[in-house]
Amino acid sequence: MNKKTIVIDILRYRPEMDEKPFTQSFEVPYIEDTSILEALQYIKDHLDSTISFRWSCRMAICGSCGLMIDNIPKLGCKAFLRDYYPNKISLEPLANFPIERDLVVVMDDFMQKLESVKPYLIPGDNACMSSGEYQQTPLQMEKYKQFSMCINCGLCYAACPQYGLDNNFIGPAALALLARYDRDSRDAGSAQRMKILNQEEGVWGCTFVGYCSTVCPKKVDPAAAIQLLKVESSKDYLIGLFKPD
Amino acid sequence: MNELKEKTYKRSHEPVFWGLFGAGGMLCAFITPVMILITGLLIPLGYINRSHFDYNNLHAFASTWYGALIILVLIALPLWHTFHRIFHGLHDLGIKRGRDWQRVLCYGFAFTVSVFIATLLFAMF
Ligand code: SF4
Ligand code: FES
Repeated sequence: MNKKTIVIDILRYRPEMDEKPFTQSFEVPYIEDTSILEALQYIKDHLDSTISFRWSCRMAICGSCGLMIDNIPKLGCKAFLRDYYPNKISLEPLANFPIERDLVVVMDDFMQKLESVKPYLIPGDNACMSSGEYQQTPLQMEKYKQFSMCINCGLCYAACPQYGLDNNFIGPAALALLARYDRDSRDAGSAQRMKILNQEEGVWGCTFVGYCSTVCPKKVDPAAAIQLLKVESSKDYLIGLFKPD
Repeated sequence: MNELKEKTYKRSHEPVFWGLFGAGGMLCAFITPVMILITGLLIPLGYINRSHFDYNNLHAFASTWYGALIILVLIALPLWHTFHRIFHGLHDLGIKRGRDWQRVLCYGFAFTVSVFIATLLFAMF
């Protein structure tokens, strides 16, 4: 029988009864293949049923279980007790977001940012149904595929110091999403989206810290997307000098 | 949350400074090690004859149009690079007050020194 245990510190906050967040410790059985998310479920089932956290897929697909593990933004279902044992683990809600309750954060601003970049294919003027389906070569798909892998977990926003300093910045995932549509051969919305990029809070809010790409669980590399977009925005700036709209 | 209002977008002038920053960074990365190698190691250790770098030779170099241009670029671009970084570094440190003044001081200094160097070089012709 395995009697090993591991201690997990959780930052708790229940707005109706706590004046401010506080830390509560739990001791859970240590098993090598237990994920942080499973440890949280163990706590909720056996130790304290009032604890709140988000999850759904348990397999790094849905993007709901993001949290700070030892101060690093990670997916609870993709991090394991064995990576920390025998040290204790600290769990906190995602940084840079307001806390809703315990490990659950308010994601409204993030969702709004995602919506703000026109994340859909914008057809060109001459596109009509009778011309049939769009065709795309593997090369054309390769141009945006990586940026389409985002699961909207928000880890990159918790990692981004610029978003932390000023949340007017559109931020990594939304700009990667913008790049995803901008680089799609079926899309004709570049001019509309260019206005979004060109702003101070567009690509120019980024100083290429690169931590967003480090923490991204899906290797989306939002930092690369933003640098590519900076080049596009600079070209547009030059053109704008000679041809103001 | 979903109200649809026409948003006005304001273009940033950052591309100008980012361009100078990028060009300066490139120079710093490629040229600085070579300059340190030449002036800090190769000349003191005697691998390059010191007389190539005496006042007369350097003055002659600085008085040609391409020499003057090279010197100006070597001084001005890294300067723009540095002050762009300092300007953003101040923001990163959370110094929110007087962003406009910070901008004027940082880029103003880079601009003034660039003009000063250009004038000096021009005066040598
Ligand atoms: S870019 Fe990566 S870290 Fe950011 S929301 Fe998407 S999947 Fe998460
Ligand atoms: S539970 Fe879906 S990503 Fe972790």
